[in-house]
Amino acid sequence: MEKSPNQITEDLLRPLLRTSPKYYFAVALLAAVVVVAFAAFGYQAYSGLGVSGLRRPVFWGFYITNFVFWIGISHAGTLISAILRLANATWRRPVTRCAEVITVFALSIGAMFPVIHLGRPWLAFWLIPYPSERQIWPNFRSPLVWDFFAINTYLIGSVAFLTLPILPDWALVRDKASGWRKRVYGFLSLGWRGTPRQWSRLESAMHIMAIVIIPVAVSVHTIVSWDFAMAPVPMWHSTIFGPYFVAGAIFSGIAALILAMACLRKFLHLEDYLKPLHFDNLGKLLLMMSLLWFYFVFAERLTTWYGNEPSEMAVFWTTQQGAYAPLFWTMVFCNFLLPFPILAIKRLRTITGTVIASTAVVAGMWLERFLIIVPSLSHKFLPYNWGTYRPTWVEITIMVGTFAGMALLYALFAKAVPIISIWELKLGLHEKSEVRSQETEGRGKLAFGGQEKLET
Amino acid sequence: MQRHDAPLDSGLSTLAILLLVTCHSSMVQTMESKAQKKWAMVVDLDRCTGCEACVVACHAENNIPTVGEEQAAMGRAMHWMRVERYYQGDFPNVRVKFIPVFCQQCDAAPCEPVCPTYASYHTAEGLNGQVYNRCIGTRYCANACPYNVRFFNFYNPVWEKPLHLQLNPDVSVREVGVMEKCTFCVQRIKAAEITAKADKRELKDGDVQPACAQSCPPKALVFGDLNDPTSEVSRLAGSNRATRLLEELGTKPKVIYLQRESWGDGKES
Repeated sequence: MEKSPNQITEDLLRPLLRTSPKYYFAVALLAAVVVVAFAAFGYQAYSGLGVSGLRRPVFWGFYITNFVFWIGISHAGTLISAILRLANATWRRPVTRCAEVITVFALSIGAMFPVIHLGRPWLAFWLIPYPSERQIWPNFRSPLVWDFFAINTYLIGSVAFLTLPILPDWALVRDKASGWRKRVYGFLSLGWRGTPRQWSRLESAMHIMAIVIIPVAVSVHTIVSWDFAMAPVPMWHSTIFGPYFVAGAIFSGIAALILAMACLRKFLHLEDYLKPLHFDNLGKLLLMMSLLWFYFVFAERLTTWYGNEPSEMAVFWTTQQGAYAPLFWTMVFCNFLLPFPILAIKRLRTITGTVIASTAVVAGMWLERFLIIVPSLSHKFLPYNWGTYRPTWVEITIMVGTFAGMALLYALFAKAVPIISIWELKLGLHEKSEVRSQETEGRGKLAFGGQEKLET
Repeated sequence: MQRHDAPLDSGLSTLAILLLVTCHSSMVQTMESKAQKKWAMVVDLDRCTGCEACVVACHAENNIPTVGEEQAAMGRAMHWMRVERYYQGDFPNVRVKFIPVFCQQCDAAPCEPVCPTYASYHTAEGLNGQVYNRCIGTRYCANACPYNVRFFNFYNPVWEKPLHLQLNPDVSVREVGVMEKCTFCVQRIKAAEITAKADKRELKDGDVQPACAQSCPPKALVFGDLNDPTSEVSRLAGSNRATRLLEELGTKPKVIYLQRESWGDGKES
């Protein structure tokens, strides 16, 4: 059953205009967890990093694991959405916005961890190249400084990429709403009138952003991987890390997107918009990334094994057979052995199936980040210094807090912005009926069809 | 046309000037470094008995805090100088090897480029400096260091009475959240240089003695200038027993180990 444009507006604006008590309860609960996590961070900043489980030689633990994990999740969005837009995959329309939102929030959360993990977090601003009276600049040779620039570039880019296609929808809310909402959304929509001139500018802006954001996203996770690959640490110092991390990021990103979509579908009753088709298509993408992930792990492990370099083999065996082996094989199960059959068999690639696979993948990819960081640091060159690592409640609280924070931000966003792009759905309807597209020529152009060149 | 080219021209000339300045300063640096000191340490493993007097001396000289039993068991003990023990063979035919390990003051130090704030940097004399005030505690340097010789202040240091009375006034006390490591007793190097300058003479070999070398009973540790061909370290560095720790990593360490030749029982190992 095709929905009429009015029904679409009605359905998708409902969450913005009506709020149930359950929603307030959920938001309060999530906010409470976030507050506790901030308190834990305050406690750590006050007492010193000693309250974490970090020790010599494992100087990076849960915080950097979470950093890499969240930055990885952030590749869900913008990258997938940009590729689907450029490929003009028409099924993308209900998916793009919920993907782009994940990027912005996961990136903001991930970017907090390098500050949380600092010994003196109040001095984090020294990474900014500001003109100081002492004429000291950050060290541009340090991958952490590259991180600073890469993440900020990606954050600015993905906020723009998210906000641009929201403008027409905010204008729609402005037109439908009354009272304070009208004023707020009027301000947010930046004077959107829907003139042909505005549409064509929006279209070219989005086209440019979709192209620009892809290399930015790739560079961000490559640089995150270089935080490790640039240091002469066994199993870190590897040329494979750049593409390996990018592939892993997209992998965990798609999984996060599927989970987010399943939640939206259930809680906002969007069954008619987020259809089994979307889960099926994203499931296929996830399957491809699962294979790619397995390929990378296999290539990395096999070359290390054959190379038989003593310091690397110490790390290798501790993950394959030693103390970290249970985590390693859980990771292989979660990232490949479980999702592969679910996603490969068409009958199992249902909404439930993809959600199970995605949950496993998110957990598995978190483990992967942990297994890259900790076993290498605990088994560096001089065996006398080998050590272990165990997180404390502070690290676990902060980690749980970021998951709650992600859910909280997502819930608040879904309340403030139509989580599915209304105008893009309507555009889809336009494309189907040629008669109407002739009537409203200015709007009838394909958003990213590429069939016609735009001239302003 | 001219006007259009102007910014390009000025940009190019700025670039050219920058290049010239960079070349010039690097040339000046290489010219200077010939006359400069290259501080190095020789560790004679044949002489080391593993007594750890160097460890104690280092703690006293450099205001290194003790962290207490519980924290030490966790792996947070701070010893800029440590004596690593490796065991060979099965009981009862066990041999213990000692190897004192401290900052190797690498010429190509992995800890330096990774620091985002220049807290760890290369001094003109080739030492790996650590600017405590500039350190924000990313601990990246400690991860990059293959020798595990960098230590982190997980808490503010505490000196139980009366230990607080023995703090060395020449060495700054580090606060929570910063990295620290062996400095080759840079305060002693500076003091010797100042004394020599006041006496209007050049530094002699043996003028500078880090706390560990000074307190080593069997004289396993020798400190000096590698750029001075007549110094004791230069002589020992020429030994056919001379080797460097994890040399294959290309870090160019300035600590030279003289490999163990005998076990004291007449048998070659």
